Amino acid sequence: MLKYIFKRFLWSILTLWAVITVTFMIMHFIPGDPFAREGTMPEAVYKNLNEHYHLDQPLFIQYTRYLTSLIQFDFGPSLKSNTMTVNDFIKQGFPVSLHLGTQAILLAVVLGMILGVVAAYNRNKWQDYLSMILAIVGISVPSFIMATFLINFFAVKWGIFPVATWKSWAHTVLPTIALSMMPMAFIARLMRSSMLEVLSQDYMITAKAKGLKGKFILIHYAIKNAILPVVTVLGILTANLITGSFIIESIFGIPGIGELFVKGIFNRDYPVILGSTVFYSMILIFLIFIIDIAYTWLDPRIKVIGENN
Amino acid sequence: MESNVHLTKDLFVPIQDHLKDVEKINSPTVSFWRDVWRRLKENKLAMAGLMVTLLLLLLAAIGPYLNGYSYYEQDFTQKNLTPNAEHWFGTDQAGRDIFTRAWYGARISLFIGFMAAMIDFIIGIFYGGIAGLKGGRADNVMMRISEILYSIPYLLMVILIMIVLERGIWPIIIAMSITGWIPMARLVRGQVMQLKEQDFVQAANAMGSNTLWVLRKHLVPNTMGPILVNVTLTVPNAIFAEATLSFLGLGIPAPEASWGTMVSDALGSILIGNFYQLAIPAILISLTMFAFNVLGDGLRDALDPKLRK
Repeated sequence: MLKYIFKRFLWSILTLWAVITVTFMIMHFIPGDPFAREGTMPEAVYKNLNEHYHLDQPLFIQYTRYLTSLIQFDFGPSLKSNTMTVNDFIKQGFPVSLHLGTQAILLAVVLGMILGVVAAYNRNKWQDYLSMILAIVGISVPSFIMATFLINFFAVKWGIFPVATWKSWAHTVLPTIALSMMPMAFIARLMRSSMLEVLSQDYMITAKAKGLKGKFILIHYAIKNAILPVVTVLGILTANLITGSFIIESIFGIPGIGELFVKGIFNRDYPVILGSTVFYSMILIFLIFIIDIAYTWLDPRIKVIGENN
Repeated sequence: MESNVHLTKDLFVPIQDHLKDVEKINSPTVSFWRDVWRRLKENKLAMAGLMVTLLLLLLAAIGPYLNGYSYYEQDFTQKNLTPNAEHWFGTDQAGRDIFTRAWYGARISLFIGFMAAMIDFIIGIFYGGIAGLKGGRADNVMMRISEILYSIPYLLMVILIMIVLERGIWPIIIAMSITGWIPMARLVRGQVMQLKEQDFVQAANAMGSNTLWVLRKHLVPNTMGPILVNVTLTVPNAIFAEATLSFLGLGIPAPEASWGTMVSDALGSILIGNFYQLAIPAILISLTMFAFNVLGDGLRDALDPKLRK
């Protein structure tokens, strides 16, 4: 087990390095240079700026410099803000994004699992059809469209929830719903098919024959075994949620890292784009690492395969 | 030993006319694809998806010519009109006819969706096919490379590449294809690994067929089912990604219209009560994603009835 964890850890580091390198190179293939926009800039100022940001040095030196500063968790300066570094931006935005993301993934997992279990348990009854219609809607409607509809009805027309700032819990309701619909639908479908498979197993009949109560069987036998596939897709779903949050945060005006990333795109502030991408990748790769470990721990059958590889 | 059965001529009569055909196979032989089609026809949801897809394709072809307006023509005396007899879907904030723009946008969105799926399909088949066939070290290296690329969230990668490229239809397709082929390659590899141990492939190898021949004649046709499902599900993903890019201002430049740009242009108008400007492209995006998703699901069930739950 330890050996497996260590191997997975090394692999995570390698992946992270690849992501950083790819992103860094992409940023440097951007035509033009970051200060070209300020057209009337005197030659000396331009030269000083380039020197200050080490843009006059060869690509490889810039790259190693960036890597070494990253190891010390230094994401570098922002090109467009004189007072704030990328670190400051991330420090400001991360708690907000974390709050929104946690709420959304919790809602998605809890609601998705309930829908999936209810659908499987009442197969081909109205509960099943209703849950699956909800799931299809969730998969078909992109989060930013869901967001605009929610804003139009719940905020503009009926005024139930406030939007466009991040002050109270009421402000978090609509963005959380918009963000969680897609993963929720995905989990509901997965949970349903996995539950159906478990429900048809022999040990379910045995449990019934032993005279165990329905609720006890459902929780301790069915759900416990059906939950595994859901754990495997959590990594992908989190990645989805993170990329979804870029747009959700900018639509709702939430001051998180997603909005920072989008603003970075509009301002062409490359260190900000680079920094937020690398930061998000760090979190994502870390999460996938944890999920992988949790999975082998939950299902001993996987551990054997992992160690033999 | 003497047989005690005495066969005499009067025991036999010529076959009667109405019995002549009892052994005949009346129904024509059902090919695999015909069987799939028969099963697919029974799936109402999938058929609805197919109908919607065909309708969308038809309207994308003829829609822009139906009411005599062009997608770029602005008329500031006619702006922000609600749907009426002249402008069937109303006009936008620049006085452009939304009906024409919506179907012109359908062309772009569907074209991007199909092209992205096609490119993923071609690269995926070659990469996955070769990795699966060669096996061993080549397979190991190829799969590791794809695994690292795959760990960068798809949409994030597309956004990053679009920052570098110019805005336009082909850059979007290229950006999507850079990592979009990976799921397809992994699918093909898995299928090929399973198939290549089969006797007919070994026979082909024994007779000296080269790799490409085996791939083209034996492996690809046999993996067509799951690949087709994957292609069907790639189209809505690409349409979603295009909409997201356009929404972030990295998509199709004005005055061209895609559904994503229409949603993003209309975002401001919900505050002044012009919800239809947003609703029309939003509903079209969702409807398209719905159609392709249920069609893909239906195809998967029809191709492999065992999977049906």
